[in-house]
Amino acid sequence: MSVHEKKALLEIRGLEARAAGKPILRGIDLTIRPGEVHAVMGPNGSGKSTLAGVLAGRPSFEVTAGFVHFDGRDLLELMPEERAREGLFLAFQYPVEIPGVTNNYFLKAALNAVREHRGQDTLDAMDFLALSREKMKIVGMKPELMSRAVNEGFSGGEKKRNEVLQMLLLEPRLAILDETDSGLDIDALRVVASGVNHLRSAGRAMLVITHYQRLLDYIVPDFVHVLAEGRIAHSGGKELALELEAKGYGWIEKEPPAAGEAQ
Amino acid sequence: MSALERATARLLALCDGAAQRSGALAPLRRAGREAFAASGLPDTHREEWRYTSLAPLAALDFASASSPSPRVVAQAGAEIFSASDVARAPALGDGIDLKQHPLAALATALLDDAIVVRAPRGVAVEAPIELTYVSAPAERAEISLPRLRVEAERSSSLRLVVDHSSAQPHGAHFTNAIIEVVVGENASVELTLVQRENDETFHASNTAVRLARDARFTSRVVTLGGRLTRNDLALVLAGEGAECTLAGLYLGSGERLVDNHSLVDHAVPHGVSRQLYKGVLGGGSQGVFRGRVIVRPGAQKTDAAQSNPNLLLSDGAEIDSKPQLEIWADDVKCAHGSAIGRLDENALFYLRSRAIAERDARALLTQGFAAEILNALPSDALREELLAEFAQRVAAEARS
Repeated sequence: MSVHEKKALLEIRGLEARAAGKPILRGIDLTIRPGEVHAVMGPNGSGKSTLAGVLAGRPSFEVTAGFVHFDGRDLLELMPEERAREGLFLAFQYPVEIPGVTNNYFLKAALNAVREHRGQDTLDAMDFLALSREKMKIVGMKPELMSRAVNEGFSGGEKKRNEVLQMLLLEPRLAILDETDSGLDIDALRVVASGVNHLRSAGRAMLVITHYQRLLDYIVPDFVHVLAEGRIAHSGGKELALELEAKGYGWIEKEPPAAGEAQ
Repeated sequence: MSALERATARLLALCDGAAQRSGALAPLRRAGREAFAASGLPDTHREEWRYTSLAPLAALDFASASSPSPRVVAQAGAEIFSASDVARAPALGDGIDLKQHPLAALATALLDDAIVVRAPRGVAVEAPIELTYVSAPAERAEISLPRLRVEAERSSSLRLVVDHSSAQPHGAHFTNAIIEVVVGENASVELTLVQRENDETFHASNTAVRLARDARFTSRVVTLGGRLTRNDLALVLAGEGAECTLAGLYLGSGERLVDNHSLVDHAVPHGVSRQLYKGVLGGGSQGVFRGRVIVRPGAQKTDAAQSNPNLLLSDGAEIDSKPQLEIWADDVKCAHGSAIGRLDENALFYLRSRAIAERDARALLTQGFAAEILNALPSDALREELLAEFAQRVAAEARS
């Protein structure tokens, strides 16, 4: 492992996890430092979404071995809401519809929970309106979606924009994007990517999970990892994504390249 | 003698007191007493009372019975007057079969006054008329008998909010209400019934609605409080092209019981009925829903739908849901369904992943479930008030 000046924001060691009793993650090691953007790619069933879910605290996954430290703390001990307050954010692959709860109410409650935790004043309706309008412009979201029920009747693109809007409002320290690009046309993809790039900074890190290299043309990663059968099979720079796109995932599985040095 | 029989005897003694009074309502009281004497307080062997035991009601020591005076917010265009105004008052009681409804029979036997609300022909009364009843709970429970007759004449429209609450958080009371609604040709009536008395109150309501040709009726029954609540709502679509929408929201907590019985009688062709009753049940509470839809022979092109989704917040809560269709015509569209579920784990995780504490997330999802009914309430102030009261009661339930 090479010497870095920055302390790790996220440190995953030997992480194993099951879903419905079935082993999915079989020993993940990954270190992410502030300012870095890591992409995780891999075929369906390789464990990409499980990794995202375990990090965010989805109750249906069971961690059986390993540890995860977030800014030096044991992440796996924290409840999902505590992780969010500490600055971890997961953009869902399938954002959930919540009938009867307006987007505006939901986002304000979320932001104020985070602000309260940070020792900041909570925002009233007027201040929140001004802030949310500003952020909505960045993701090109229609204002009327704020008064609708959370994600209910939203198009696929609108749901993903709503995820990025939440990320912009909550300003996480680690943003995990779980296939945020899936099913988006190129225009929506550009908007979503620009929202993500808007948030890139020296103090913030991102874990971008994707099935397609296309997203990485817009969100250029510092590191690319390939997940296969619950392990990181290969790590490299952004050029690895292009190689994968050209050769397909079969290439990794058939003739695994020499272990990378991304760590 | 069983406890129910002893209570029946005590109630009949009260009826005898009421029978001493003379006046225009005396024959109606006599009919009520006769029906109540024949049935008594029903036990759970009667099909309509199978899940709803009146034993807790029978344990009360009834002090007296009277017709309460509500606070009235009137609206221009509508006439509001007492049934003692003999010159104007219509005949009461023609829509309710007292033999089938023991508590309505009791309410009729004890009756001393009623309020009549009337929209004259062609008059549209936009803003809701409000009748607010505040009961005064006491050690020896009083019986209050709110009785209302609503008449919308041809091509008129009317909105009404009947709101029941208690003056104190403790102490028993028995509200035994009757509402008769006559919706004239091409007229429209919207009735909101709010039941938010304290958790020791017994509340029975019997609403009978008759719809003429092209008439429209909407009811919303919101039950947030009460030890035992039994609502009977019966509609007859007597004219072609009539439409009705029945919505309900009931919240159960502690040992409370909420029972909604609806009956929609499609007597003629081209009727439309929509029913949506949503239940939220926590603690050791019990919900009962029985929705009967009858499509009479010849009532072709009837379009009836009924739905009763329930959210159970605890293992101790219980719902007995029974939609019932009786279809005697062949060219109709009828759908019914009941569902029992818990909060969606996926939605719960989504909210928590956005920093919202689990308890708040549960409360928020529960409010979201109820919002479909509450958001449709006719006044902004009432809607805000009930959303807040619902949230507060759900939060209290989560703490207990």
